[in-house]
Amino acid sequence: MNSLGDFVIVSAMLFGIGVYGLVTKRNALRLLFAVELMINAANLNFVAFGQYLPFEGGAQTAAPNALGQTFVLFSIALAAAEAAVILAIVVVAYRLHKDVDVSELKSMEG
Amino acid sequence: MMVLTVGSAIVALEAKEIIYGAIGLAGSLFGVATLFFLLNAPYVAVFQIAVYIGAVAVLILFTVMLVREEKWSKELPASSLTKLAGILTGLAIILALVIAVVDTNLSQFTNIVNTATFVDIGQLISTGDAPILLVLALVLAASVVGALTLSRADREESE
Repeated sequence: MNSLGDFVIVSAMLFGIGVYGLVTKRNALRLLFAVELMINAANLNFVAFGQYLPFEGGAQTAAPNALGQTFVLFSIALAAAEAAVILAIVVVAYRLHKDVDVSELKSMEG
Repeated sequence: MMVLTVGSAIVALEAKEIIYGAIGLAGSLFGVATLFFLLNAPYVAVFQIAVYIGAVAVLILFTVMLVREEKWSKELPASSLTKLAGILTGLAIILALVIAVVDTNLSQFTNIVNTATFVDIGQLISTGDAPILLVLALVLAASVVGALTLSRADREESE
């Protein structure tokens, strides 16, 4: 558990589980869980590559490169905002439809 | 760590009660945080624990518990065809990515060469990425206001 490949494999597993959840689940909250898992897989990739390959423009720079970690900080903040909005939408949809099954939300179809 | 992360992720999606699913999600997020620690990125790890486990997981748990309704946890079982398709899709993606990783020389990188600390992150955020930070602050504020408006407008309707 100490090479770049190991972290990327864990990230791939998380992403695959997230895709499985998106395909099979119909409960809106489970879909939120699946999306969060996929976001975390992407974050893990960002940090792993940033820590193992701190190259900028092909040559190793003297100053440490914090770009990967910085991007992940932004991404985590965005994911938190997204979770809040999705939960609000789910609560409103539940009040209107008395259901959180996304295949029952006919009025949200275009 | 790998087992904790992946196992909790499966629990999050497959647990019968959605409460246990939320706890499984928190466990999986904690596993990712420990992976960040292993990657020598403690600042990101602490941020992950604070924001994801401290805010997102608790927000989900509170929402599920406050709106205590049967339908939230009850879920019609997916048809076996859908389930098969989901498992096949997930496995295909995992297999493709793992084969791609094994096929390349990613495993030869065994030393963490980056020594960026939170000081470097702070410098980057406050200089080059300052516009991103400002836009992100606006997005956060807008999303919080939007979430509040959504729940409030509906309450006025029902009165």
